[in-house]
This record gives sequence, structure tokens and C-alpha cells, in this order.
Amino acid sequence: MPEEVAVGCARPTGGPVGKEPDSNSKSTSEQQTIKEEYSMIQVGKNAPDFSAPGFHKGAFINTKLSDYLGKWVLLCFYPGDFTFV
Amino acid sequence: MGVEILSMSIDSMFTHKMWDETELSKMVDGGVPFPMLSDAGGKVGSVYGVYDEDAGVENRGRFIIDPDGVVQGYEVLTPPVGRNINETIRQVQAFQLVRETKGAEATPSGWRPGKATLKPGINLVGKVWKEWKTEQAFD
Repeated sequence: MPEEVAVGCARPTGGPVGKEPDSNSKSTSEQQTIKEEYSMIQVGKNAPDFSAPGFHKGAFINTKLSDYLGKWVLLCFYPGDFTFV
Repeated sequence: MGVEILSMSIDSMFTHKMWDETELSKMVDGGVPFPMLSDAGGKVGSVYGVYDEDAGVENRGRFIIDPDGVVQGYEVLTPPVGRNINETIRQVQAFQLVRETKGAEATPSGWRPGKATLKPGINLVGKVWKEWKTEQAFD
């Protein structure tokens, strides 16, 4: 669940959680394949975990998708704040 | 419905705060009730296949994730077209029903809460035409 975080001058951002593909031991073409597999979403498969800062009910928070295990989640991306649609 | 909503864009949490306070709170009493998350740089969006590197923004991706963390459905639209929230709600209700019945019931095309489900099994093979009519897909 969301945890309140202290605010500094940095602009924190989100990122995937978990193991990145091991780039040292693979050739370039294999790396490419692994990268594509890594970034492919499939229904019936696990949603990639991530950690991200945000704003919620008047506070700055940090949350992880995996904190929501046990609940239904609707994750919505959109182009940007103050855009029109 | 028991669904937690998370929104995410490439904007900073500071921008989220200002958008909520200056505009969204005028549309929704009390402001946005769910966490507005920041993915500046599009790292998370890239993993989910919604980040447009050329435009530097995230497309309108919507992912239904079940209590086991499994993606049950998704939809991705380019920026100018908005979503149909009723269809998203309908899909969530359908996935919840399937989960509650442990897969004993399935929701055919056009299903809404209250409409008949199908019970997959040996007796239904070749008999769906008796249980479900084509018109039901459209009403």
C-alpha cells in the first residue's frame, strides 16, 4: 500500500522491480530477444512489478504493484496531466 | 467492486498534485481518490508496451490485474480517443465472476451482470446454440 515519502528537490520516478536481463553473458542478438521477452505483456501471465512515487489524497507517496497482491487492480496509463481527453 | 485503481503517466508527482488541485478537483468532489503515479522516463510504460519513445508519452493503456498479480485483460489506445469506462467495469465484473466460480462459469459475448453465463463442460459441446443466441452479443 502507498507509503508517505519525504520530499526533496529531486524529481523521483518509477521503475520496474525485479531482475533485469543479464547483459554480460549474452551476445547482442540474444540480448535483443531477451529484451523483447522482458517487455512483452501477455494475458494470463504475471504483471511486471514496479515501484513508483506519486500523489495521493494530499500526500506524496511511494508504492509497489506487488503491494496490491490479493486485490483486483486497474492500472491506467495516460499521455499526460493537463492534456485534453 | 473491490478494485484498486492506479494511474500512471510521465508527469512528476509535483505535476500530479497541481493537476489534481487546479483542475481535477473541479470535476470530482474531493479530487482524485486513487494514487497518481509518476513514470518520468517511461521505464514502467516500456515494460508494459505503452511508452511511445518518439512522442515521449504513454499511450492510454489499461490493464486488469487479478489478486494473484496476473494480467487478465488490457486495452491500449492512442492519445486522442478516450476510454469506455463502462466496458472496463463490465470486464472486471466478468473476470470476478469467473474467478468466484473457479472457472465453472464463463461469460459469453455480450454478457453483463444478470445475464446468463455458460457452464463449460462435456454436455455443452456442440450445444452452445441452445444456450446462447447471436442477438445476445449485441444487447
